[in-house]
Amino acid sequence: MRERLAAAIGLCLLVAAPFVLEAMDEAFLLSVLTRMLAYALAAAALDLVLGYGGMVSFGHGAFLGTGAYVAGVLLHHRSDGSALVAWPVRIGGTAEALIAWPAAALVSGLLAAAIGAISLRTRGVHFIMITLAFAQMVFFLVLALPQYGGTDGLMVPGRNVLAGASLEGDAPLYWVALALLVAFLAFGRSTMAARFGLALRGARMNERRALALGVPVYRLRLAAFTLSGAVAGLAGAVLANQSSFVSPDLLSWQRSGELMVMVILGGQGTLFGPVLGAIALLAAEEELAAITEHWMLILGPALLLVVLFFRGGLWPLIAGKRGDG
Amino acid sequence: MAEAVLEARGLTRRFGALAANEDVSLAIAPGECHAVIGPNGAGKSTLVAMLAGEQRPDAGSVLLAGEDVTALGAARRARRGIARSFQVTQLCRDLSVRENVMLAVQAAEGRHWGFFRPAHSDAALTVTADASLAAAGLDARASSPAALLSHGEQRQLELAIALSQAPRVLLLDEPAAGLGAAETAALASRLAALKGRLAMLLVEHDMDTVFALADRITVLAGGRVIATGRPGEIRADRAVREAYLGDVVDA
Repeated sequence: MRERLAAAIGLCLLVAAPFVLEAMDEAFLLSVLTRMLAYALAAAALDLVLGYGGMVSFGHGAFLGTGAYVAGVLLHHRSDGSALVAWPVRIGGTAEALIAWPAAALVSGLLAAAIGAISLRTRGVHFIMITLAFAQMVFFLVLALPQYGGTDGLMVPGRNVLAGASLEGDAPLYWVALALLVAFLAFGRSTMAARFGLALRGARMNERRALALGVPVYRLRLAAFTLSGAVAGLAGAVLANQSSFVSPDLLSWQRSGELMVMVILGGQGTLFGPVLGAIALLAAEEELAAITEHWMLILGPALLLVVLFFRGGLWPLIAGKRGDG
Repeated sequence: MAEAVLEARGLTRRFGALAANEDVSLAIAPGECHAVIGPNGAGKSTLVAMLAGEQRPDAGSVLLAGEDVTALGAARRARRGIARSFQVTQLCRDLSVRENVMLAVQAAEGRHWGFFRPAHSDAALTVTADASLAAAGLDARASSPAALLSHGEQRQLELAIALSQAPRVLLLDEPAAGLGAAETAALASRLAALKGRLAMLLVEHDMDTVFALADRITVLAGGRVIATGRPGEIRADRAVREAYLGDVVDA
């Protein structure tokens, strides 16, 4: 009950934000909020795997970055009229979000399915290390693509259009990002309370028992991992639009770690917590970076204290209920 | 004898130089309660693990209703009708008692791919789960997390979960472990009620329970079968008395 209320208040704040910022003459901050929402979407997607599923993926930056590159590369080809694939059929770029974003989710999802299919045969520390290793492979693969900027990254010319409608300006992209986030949170919450979630959570708590019951643990985990990767890719597509720039940095292990911090800081196994965690972490980075260039020295210990003293993360403090992780 | 529901043929499992099981064969007939007894370290738990599919035998095979399932893992065997309880309770500790049973019902149905309807309002799960909890006398604890149950209640839940799988054969690995006398008696009468309807393999140290329930008994010692027979025959068997029953009397 209290958790629902907290989530409803959070949604109201996010809906009111564009109007408040405009009234305060600080509308430029809306772009920062959009960035937070994109990361929130990726962190919530990671929570499905990390919190509910108990799979500590250290490679989600690869899915975020891949989604961003797919959207960016499609816009790049669209703008200079070149072909993405010249043979056997010519596939050009596109600015249409209804094509580019599902494509981003699809490519990231397929990548997650491939990485998950191998990684999920391992457990514990091995799983962490193998997801990290795969993400690093994707990172270096993108570095080796000079036509898309290599280490310099790729300037994204313009933005996607949504069903022909322009997403230029800060507000339209903000609303789209918010709608995607709300839709995923609603879907994720319902899924975790449904049969799929019951089996996924049960397998996290006691894999031996789940197997003795006949639960197809591997397949359920692979499905969750694939879904999570696809949604992280979608978040990447939003991010590419927000920043008009995609760089290999998005695929780096630092980004993967940041997503994990967002989930743990906000409260794993809650879906809402990672949203709070993403907003809190990015806001703290922005604020502290404005004060000192050694902001990491302050943020690091602060995160440590939160993890030590609020073991369930920030969200349970507000919702009054611990997460499922 | 009718075709065995579950049969072990020459199961052998070695850990280095130690043979935990050496050429172990036994057959469980439909509706039969087949007990496996033996001193600590006789290889009883290894046998259960091989029958359930958690461990692969180095030699030999496992047949479920005449079909060779040796190559199948635990989850696949469970889907074909082998349910088990564990010597050390294995529960989903943060799930409620009811959810633990619901998951077993869901697994028996084999339908895990529901994404929208809350499991709690899925009558296919809740009706069966609630009936099973009532039968186990756990209905009052249905909504508390499994971790908060007493040891005795956890053992009851463990049995309720296995029964909710609607199994063809039930493997019970020391179901009375850690139970008091009254709880053990209650468990024995629950198991007695299942006799004739469900094939059971019962591994148990409590000899009163074993001799009260078992239709046949297989005795393991040092990983080998030293005797198989009706309870009266086992009681009279000299090798068994030396290897095992004598120890119990002395203790």
